[in-house]
Amino acid sequence: MSQTIKNMSMFDPSLVKPALIDSFRKLSPRNQWRNPVMFVVFIGSILTTLLLIPAMQGKGEASFGFILGIALWLWFTLLFANFAEALAEGRSKAQAASLRSAKKNVIAKKLDGEKYGAKVAVIDGSSLRKGDVVLVEAGDTIPVDGEVIEGVASVDESAITGESAPVIREFGGDFSSVTGGTRVLSDWIVVRITANPGETFLDRMIAMVEGAKRQKTPNEIALTILLVALTIVFLVVTVTLLPYSMFSVSVAHAGTPITITALVALLVCLIPTTIGGLLSAIGVAGMSRMMQANVIATSGRAVEAAGDVDVLLLDKTGTITLGNRQASTFLPAMGVSVEMLADAAQLASLADETPEGRSIVVLAKQQFNLRSRSLTQHEATFIPFSATTRMSGVDYDGRQIRKGAIDAIRKHVQAEGGTFPEDAGRIADEVARRGSTPLLVAEGGRVLGVIELKDIVKGGIKERFAELRQMGIKTIMITGDNPLTAAAIAAEAGVDDFLAEATPENKLSLIRKHQAEGKLVAMTGDGTNDAPALAQADVAVAMNTGTQAAKEAGNMVDLDSNPTKLIEIVEIGKQMLMTRGSLTTFSIANDVAKYFAIIPAAFASTYPQLNALNVMHLNSPNSAILSAVIFNALVIVALIPLALKGVKYKAQAAAQLLRDNLLIYGLGGIIVPFAGIKLIDMVIGAMGWA
Amino acid sequence: MTSDALILLGTFLVALLLLSYPLGGYMARVIKGDAPGPVRFFVPVERFIYRLCGVDPEQETGWKGYTFGLILFSLIGTLFVYLLQRVQGFLPLNPQGMGAVSPDSAFNTAVSFVTNTNWQGYGGESTMSYLVQMAALTVQNFLSAASGIAVVVALIRGFARHSAAAIGNLWADLTRITLYILLPLSVVFGLLFVGQGVIQNLSPYKDATTVQATQYQVPRLDKAGNPVKDAAGKPVIDTLTSKTQSLAMGPVASQEAIKLLGTNGGGFFNANSAHPYENPTPLANFLQMLAIFLIPAGLCFTFGAMVGDKRQGWAVIAAMAVLFVALASVGLWAEQKGVPALSHLNVDQQASALQAGGNMEGKETRFGINSTMLFVAVTTSASCGAVNAMHDSLTPIGGLVPTFLMQLGEVVFGGVGSGLYGMLIFAILAVFIAGLMVGRTPEYLGKKIEIFEMKMTALTILVTPTLVLVLTALAVLTDGGRAGIANPGAHGFSELLYTFTSAANNNGSAFAGVSANTPWFNIMTGIAMWFGRFFMIVPILAIGGSLAGKKRLQVTSGTLPTHGPLFVVLLIGVVLLVGALNYVPALALGPVAEHLQMILAH
Repeated sequence: MSQTIKNMSMFDPSLVKPALIDSFRKLSPRNQWRNPVMFVVFIGSILTTLLLIPAMQGKGEASFGFILGIALWLWFTLLFANFAEALAEGRSKAQAASLRSAKKNVIAKKLDGEKYGAKVAVIDGSSLRKGDVVLVEAGDTIPVDGEVIEGVASVDESAITGESAPVIREFGGDFSSVTGGTRVLSDWIVVRITANPGETFLDRMIAMVEGAKRQKTPNEIALTILLVALTIVFLVVTVTLLPYSMFSVSVAHAGTPITITALVALLVCLIPTTIGGLLSAIGVAGMSRMMQANVIATSGRAVEAAGDVDVLLLDKTGTITLGNRQASTFLPAMGVSVEMLADAAQLASLADETPEGRSIVVLAKQQFNLRSRSLTQHEATFIPFSATTRMSGVDYDGRQIRKGAIDAIRKHVQAEGGTFPEDAGRIADEVARRGSTPLLVAEGGRVLGVIELKDIVKGGIKERFAELRQMGIKTIMITGDNPLTAAAIAAEAGVDDFLAEATPENKLSLIRKHQAEGKLVAMTGDGTNDAPALAQADVAVAMNTGTQAAKEAGNMVDLDSNPTKLIEIVEIGKQMLMTRGSLTTFSIANDVAKYFAIIPAAFASTYPQLNALNVMHLNSPNSAILSAVIFNALVIVALIPLALKGVKYKAQAAAQLLRDNLLIYGLGGIIVPFAGIKLIDMVIGAMGWA
Repeated sequence: MTSDALILLGTFLVALLLLSYPLGGYMARVIKGDAPGPVRFFVPVERFIYRLCGVDPEQETGWKGYTFGLILFSLIGTLFVYLLQRVQGFLPLNPQGMGAVSPDSAFNTAVSFVTNTNWQGYGGESTMSYLVQMAALTVQNFLSAASGIAVVVALIRGFARHSAAAIGNLWADLTRITLYILLPLSVVFGLLFVGQGVIQNLSPYKDATTVQATQYQVPRLDKAGNPVKDAAGKPVIDTLTSKTQSLAMGPVASQEAIKLLGTNGGGFFNANSAHPYENPTPLANFLQMLAIFLIPAGLCFTFGAMVGDKRQGWAVIAAMAVLFVALASVGLWAEQKGVPALSHLNVDQQASALQAGGNMEGKETRFGINSTMLFVAVTTSASCGAVNAMHDSLTPIGGLVPTFLMQLGEVVFGGVGSGLYGMLIFAILAVFIAGLMVGRTPEYLGKKIEIFEMKMTALTILVTPTLVLVLTALAVLTDGGRAGIANPGAHGFSELLYTFTSAANNNGSAFAGVSANTPWFNIMTGIAMWFGRFFMIVPILAIGGSLAGKKRLQVTSGTLPTHGPLFVVLLIGVVLLVGALNYVPALALGPVAEHLQMILAH
């Protein structure tokens, strides 16, 4: 999706305007019915509006102005809740629209056989079915999701990932899946279609983005049940209050029974409208945040599960360590100076464009001020790495420098007639024990020494893991390295545990073991052999670069294909749940102050003594009730940014999080409305409205 | 509060803790069927009962079977108690020749005792034969208490087990609870009460000649028991003179013990624990209070033991204790403070060596303010409902305390079993609301709280307030309801509110002002008691069954901690916010208005 949507501010005018219109459109009964809490407000609004009719003729149960005030603010309450939802949906709609633009109908070159050069028939892309084979050439758009079965091409996937740099898609391996709607920039590929129309990745993404508002997550449903129960209880409370009030009037011989208007006002204030009005916005915003992180979740359930994760399985390479090893030390063999080794190593690596090679050049330059020399001025031949010799190097002014793994160099030296020195072997072993990779350098038949290639642990990752540990999340490093190397890196990175010499089978059994202990496991994967583990994990993030099998097994796809994203996903999931809980707590805690505003106001005519409960010293009964209703409506507006952005997230243990949030949203929820209602009452008094 | 009150409250809590802690561990053990030495001689009895009933104690059922059995068991019990009352005139052990109890009263009493409410529309000594008292009422005192404990045990098993289909064998649970818990404790307490002077006999009532002739006025009743009214609609009052007093007798002590231990509360006599033959001394009063709280408090520790984390039990009992101490203190303060109207008449209401001071209306002089008000708080905090004073005569705030304690849902210690299962529902609710705030979907004791649990929890929080508020509304709207009111103004409303609060929460104590033995009240309170009990039990057993089937998740530092002071505060907050907010408007029109009228008038 486009970067512009991702970076759009929450209250961007292009989002706010349609949301304003939608708030009115959403007033339809059918739409209100979907949210039971707000439906009660809806009925109350209609009821008070109807009560205006007798009031206009001077026969109302209360003054026209009072009923009008209440009715208006009840409608505002509805509009504010609608606005919150519309605003959250607006962003998703924009995202869906941009995705849909990638899904234009394209022409496909259907092949007669499964091979480049077969007869081509030009057909409409939408008529392709699973199993068909198409040719996609430079400039063509890939019609439907598929698997490359021949060729290699660079593909522009920005329509989906927002990333403008092209990616390579080729036959075989883990980079063979292509997505419909993306464009081939160079070369050609033969693709076997893997999805029928309407089932493609793009279709699923659009459905996901648009459907976010319709599908409630399990926890959202459970919360709605609680909110409905509270609404029913408060409905009983207010409905029974009328006979109580009538009875009290008859026994106290004073005052008048509570008005329907005041009862409706009390009901709306008591039922959890704050959370009821913002609940769907929170859910939609959570999905939206996931999307901003460039992660597509296949269900809201997956986002919720992300918050519950106890164990993170993280691939070592790319997540914990930088993708490549780097030279860290030169260890000369006996009788060789360090400078000599460094010089030879640098020479051998000058033409080596691999990151390891470049790091050797840089290290030599840093440590011994050896400037990289231009090979063109000398008679130099670069010997590239080959699978048979498993060495690379250079022939430079008659010098024959080679670097490679210990076995390769041993063979090379013996072939050159030299002897392999024992101390070099010992140094190489020590390096391996430290978790690094030894690279031996030889000139002719003489071993010069060892370059230590180190796995570089990403900066800040250790702190990140410490944070996760505080949150009760265990991190496990997955690596193909031997246990010795793995242990050393695990210790350096600060992960809790590691799985060395990982295979798809032992990965799967590790997940099962943790799940059996009652833990929820999250992992990332890209290869086809990751699919079983991805399917088993509770939160499974497939890399977008990965194979189709991996993407189908996971419940999220990371468009950036960044394995570190897993941590971010967990945070987004937690943040969404925290927002939901905080606003629920706030909403319920609000009721205390509202009682203090409305109860004395409603019954003061029968029992004037109850005015002692008017601790806020509100101006008049009407002003008190109106203030409570206005506060109730305004608080929804005030909390929209919080609902959309989510509450502030801190990596803390649950006990601290609970304490902090209880203080802010629980205690705050009790105190804030006292101040708010008082303030509104003062304004109403100053304006002379009631 | 006086220093005497503090000492009494402190002693009571310490004694309670010292007794209930070991009891909790003991209960966890015997419920598993592992009876320790001193009660081993019951084991053959237990086996005999199983053989007699054809029960295999190892054969457990799921929650549906458990619930079905429990409801069937209760229905049969209700029918039995009803029938026995109706035919008591033909049966032995009836020295006073009591006739059949009226159908509506018999229905009300049957439901009342089976639901562990023990609301009493009748006066025991003028209605029930000894046989009914012993074979119907006392038996239900045991069985309804055992049912409550069985339900909470099944719920706890739901937490403790994982991936299990069954939550226990109802018949084995009922048998073990009765044999190993209720029976031995009743014997011990029965003997203690006898030692204090509680009577235990089957003699006919004794006539005593009074020193003074007494003149008293009674409203004339027609055959149906309704007051006869004159042309002006006022009740006809007859003035009678008496020189003898009939002293009611009976097997009191044996019923007294289980009345309190099982948080039943149905008095042998009409005056309940205010009667000198039921509760003769301050020490007996202290023991009675202990007996009421003993099992509810002990079950918290049983809970901790059964889920394998004692801290969980401590957290629950701490929340209960804080709520109890806070509300009992308010009551003690209000009663000791007395009535402003009397101060203005220069009546001395100060506590001194010579008098208890405070508001002594409706209280027994042998108990005074403190022992009375503490008993009031204990009996309404637990859903016992035994009374040692007339709650109708409490000050407005003193009366608000028991009303509010009941309205919290009888979860502050509460009834045997029912108090803890009610509190655990609040814990689930607390975890659900606040648990999200730590960024995880809610879980309690390693069990995820999901849609089904929330549906059932929603039912339980709906039932009681709806029953209380709707029935009170019906009472003020209908002649049948308004006829029961004894006092004018806000106090009359308090009386009705208290009545239905007490019935729907299965407490059973009365704000004595209401004339409740009318068909209208007998039927309405009967409905309140039955649904207040079983509309709670069914969803709670359903939750137990659902939880038992779930995996038990591991606790990490990311899990919401459900022990420790923070959770206790949270739990209290949820009980107050969700449990009590529903009643604030009604309370404002009753005791709060009355209190403000009282203090602002002077």
